[in-house]
Amino acid sequence: MDMKERLKIPRQPMPEQEPKVRARNFDEVPLGYTPETAKLEALRCIQCKKPACVDGCPVEVDIPGFIALVAEGDFIGAAKKIKSTNALPAVCGRVCPQEVQCEIQCVRGKKGEPVAIGRLERFVADFERAAGEVSIPKMPASTGKRIAVVGSGPSGLTVAGDLIQLGHEVTIFEALHKAGGVLVYGIPEFRLPKAIVASEVDYLSKMGVKVETSNVIGKVATVDELFEEGYDAVFLGTGAGLPTFMNIPGENLNGVYSANEYLTRSNLMKAYLFPEYDTPIVRGKNVAVVGGGNVAMDAARTAMRLGADNVYLVYRRSRKEMPARIEEIHHAEEEGIQLNLLTTPIKYIGDDKGWVKSMECLRMELGEPDESGRRRPVPIKGSEFIWDVDTVVVAIGAGSNPLVQSTTPGLDTNKWNYIIADEETGQTSREGVFAGGDIVTGAATVILAMGAGRKAARAIHKYVMSK
Amino acid sequence: MSAKILEKEQLSENVFKLVLDAPKIAKKRKAGQFVVLRIHEEGERIPLTIADANAEKGTLTIIFQTVGKSTNHLSELNVGDELLDLVGPLGKPTHVEKIGTVACIGGGVGVAPVYPITEAMKNAGNHIISIIGARDKSLIIMEDEMKAVSDELVVTTDDGSYGFHGFVSQALEEKYLLQGKKIDLVVAIGPVPMMRAVCDTTKKYNVPTVVSLNSIMVDATGMCGACRVSVGGKTRFVCVDGPEFDGHQVDFRELIDRQRIYLKEEKECMDHYCTCKQQGKGGL
Repeated sequence: MDMKERLKIPRQPMPEQEPKVRARNFDEVPLGYTPETAKLEALRCIQCKKPACVDGCPVEVDIPGFIALVAEGDFIGAAKKIKSTNALPAVCGRVCPQEVQCEIQCVRGKKGEPVAIGRLERFVADFERAAGEVSIPKMPASTGKRIAVVGSGPSGLTVAGDLIQLGHEVTIFEALHKAGGVLVYGIPEFRLPKAIVASEVDYLSKMGVKVETSNVIGKVATVDELFEEGYDAVFLGTGAGLPTFMNIPGENLNGVYSANEYLTRSNLMKAYLFPEYDTPIVRGKNVAVVGGGNVAMDAARTAMRLGADNVYLVYRRSRKEMPARIEEIHHAEEEGIQLNLLTTPIKYIGDDKGWVKSMECLRMELGEPDESGRRRPVPIKGSEFIWDVDTVVVAIGAGSNPLVQSTTPGLDTNKWNYIIADEETGQTSREGVFAGGDIVTGAATVILAMGAGRKAARAIHKYVMSK
Repeated sequence: MSAKILEKEQLSENVFKLVLDAPKIAKKRKAGQFVVLRIHEEGERIPLTIADANAEKGTLTIIFQTVGKSTNHLSELNVGDELLDLVGPLGKPTHVEKIGTVACIGGGVGVAPVYPITEAMKNAGNHIISIIGARDKSLIIMEDEMKAVSDELVVTTDDGSYGFHGFVSQALEEKYLLQGKKIDLVVAIGPVPMMRAVCDTTKKYNVPTVVSLNSIMVDATGMCGACRVSVGGKTRFVCVDGPEFDGHQVDFRELIDRQRIYLKEEKECMDHYCTCKQQGKGGL
């Protein structure tokens, strides 16, 4: 096919479950490319000499390189190419915000639509897994250095994957009973099937990474005790796992959840399969989700799948300021989630048994921009109104979990108790202790945490080898 | 990490004791802390206070009452069986110091968590008055163990079948506080109505009182907030800020409501469990 023909190929759409159907099941929403559509989409890439897309990728995947292999039909080769810099392609292909990273840089996007890099990444990772051809790279000789990774979320998995391939002995300590961090407790099955996370963790295990679940560092062992046990370096990737509440009246009523609890019950504990699984969840009929980010979208779409009649998303600014990915907002609206913008709850009202029955809200208008650059929401006086709900999910952000910081003397933190670490190396104020991901930046994205993990792994390698 | 059951003992009709092989936790745990366990893949995360531990042997003792599906399932396990997950020690340890006379009060299965605190308070040099109670004589547990770490021990039963006839809160008031006996601290653990009654009593006499709360939890590491409780008008998390709080500041009414969130589902789950057992299905 010549270049002229290739330029004429339209961006291949992603087949998806019908909104009405998927809004009531927990199966994955996008169905994935076929080999034919993947090849067609790959032909749209014009193989730039200086690919801008790679600059947009926090882990520097060789994007034109893997896409060229897809165009040739060498899908396994393409998967290997991605995996040389990204240990979690099936995850990243699904949850990375490509539209603000690699795809926004794509030259095809200047006069049309960018190459669907994320969809192609997902396709090759899924193809490799389905083919059962996940190969373990040849492992180098052991360096004899031992590294402890605290937390098995995106940053920890990346650090572990990179360091094991450099010949170090790596042990991941995970507080929960399953590895994956936010990938298993936070992101729902319909966006990221848990079998995929399990297979990516399994890939690391096959390379030799030890995964110790149900180990809370800061409790069963401190960072100093890890060094006493003989670890040469410690990476802290403990995430932003603390729920935030608004501290308004009635927030402790029954039926009011933090997004963390709501999603953990459904995702990690599989409450949506109750009573086959033991953990219950309140299946509300009129559910309000407070917040405008990706977590709020996940919670709202989960509520719909749990059988709600009405799911209201309550956000204090306008659509333009919503931090959620446009694609997620679009998916949510298609599934019948009702957006209530420029609205904020000020009080939850309970019945005589302590259950939430309604919420009092205020209407807002946008004022001057605040420190985040977004226009500040200002309450409209006298706009209070009451609205009947039986379940509320508060999804207004997350804070840092203090368990490690409070038990590690000499580890410097900022005023929000996030760990202070060098942006390029992850080096903290303690020798041999590195940190990255949400525990440094505050709640951000999977791929940024992976990027931080990548940099920290390089620095840890340098550190332990010079010791 | 998984944990093998080394010993099992039935303490009363609905109360069981398991000794687990858990060397890492046994070495680190302090009085007042708890563990979370999961029996099997479909299981929930069950928080249970550590009743005792032996660092040398690497063993951990848990004592629990069968209430719903998970605790019933746990009671059916036997020596040699393995729990799928055991994590801990969680929560803040009890603040232990020599302050004089400490009254350690346990109601029902609450005697189990009060025991390690009593032992620690005794070892710190305090004069220990222990009051343990239950509905009737058959439900009194750990009397000998408590006696061994107490200077005075009072046993109460609601029906008068053994010891003092009445509630533990009444024994505390009638036998000690009304008599003008100086008590510097009360530690009370048991059902919420019992802890509330003890706090109502000690408030009248201005005796500082610590309670240990057993809220509904999921992760138990501060992540979800399921266990939140109002203490002195502020929201606190039992799993990381507790489990012990100033009993005079706890909003017991809210706590009682919050413990009832899943009553319907707990029954449904128990019924499902019984049906599955009758049908002889595995993987419960």
